[in-house]
Amino acid sequence: MEQIRPRIAVEYAPNATIVTFTDEKILEEQDISVLQDSIIAVIESASGGVNLILDFSKVKFLSSAVLGLLIRISKRVYQRNGQLRLCNINPKIYEIFKITRLTKIFDIYPDVKSAGKGLSKPEQP
Amino acid sequence: MASETSISRSAVVESKPSAVEKQWRWVLPKLKAHNFSEDEIFAVHLAMEEAFINAVRHGNKMDPQKEVKIDYLVDDEKLEISMTDEGRGFDPNVVPDPRCGENLYKAGGRGLLLIRSYMDVVEFNKSGNRVRIVKYRKKSPKKVKS
Repeated sequence: MEQIRPRIAVEYAPNATIVTFTDEKILEEQDISVLQDSIIAVIESASGGVNLILDFSKVKFLSSAVLGLLIRISKRVYQRNGQLRLCNINPKIYEIFKITRLTKIFDIYPDVKSAGKGLSKPEQP
Repeated sequence: MASETSISRSAVVESKPSAVEKQWRWVLPKLKAHNFSEDEIFAVHLAMEEAFINAVRHGNKMDPQKEVKIDYLVDDEKLEISMTDEGRGFDPNVVPDPRCGENLYKAGGRGLLLIRSYMDVVEFNKSGNRVRIVKYRKKSPKKVKS
């Protein structure tokens, strides 16, 4: 069976949807475009608003194009009255967030458990 | 001047973002052979990706008729890469700072900042269609005999 790359794994918790990037490297524009479509489909499929946790535990390398993807996803989540939280970002990648000062606009947590704390069900958009 | 263990190479690469992968597959073993650290390898990989994407997207405007020339020099002290696209060039001094104001919320414009942050030397030619990036290898402290 043909595998579609890049892949994501989706898990539904009571007050959040957890999306895990399953590829180690996220680089190519085509891959990023597919990722964007996949994640936006997850956001749109929620009946009301959605809280989204993005799990980077498997990601070892990414380019600035992925940062753009995260900005676009965050706008979509906020439009739906939800919250976006990032977690499990390895130190090398966290450094990219620090250099670009995206640590100011993204909520970053050590792991999925801490990212899920304090999230309430979002209101209908 | 190149040292005895230096390796140089020139390549002409198509204007396709994925084409940089083959180039990276050539660079990676050379960095390992010259004892670059994992952090230095990460830095070079990121800068090379960003520089190539800039050359292809902003320089060559994704025109399949245009190419990117890449020159490499690797030795025990450094890795040096020059990338030349066939575009009109740009003035790197007027690129907006992606960390400031509304730019922080824009999807693009972070590539050059990352290249500058991760490389030791970043220089453009006068017309702005050629970038030279250099990463120096940090030498491990010599073991002192007791």
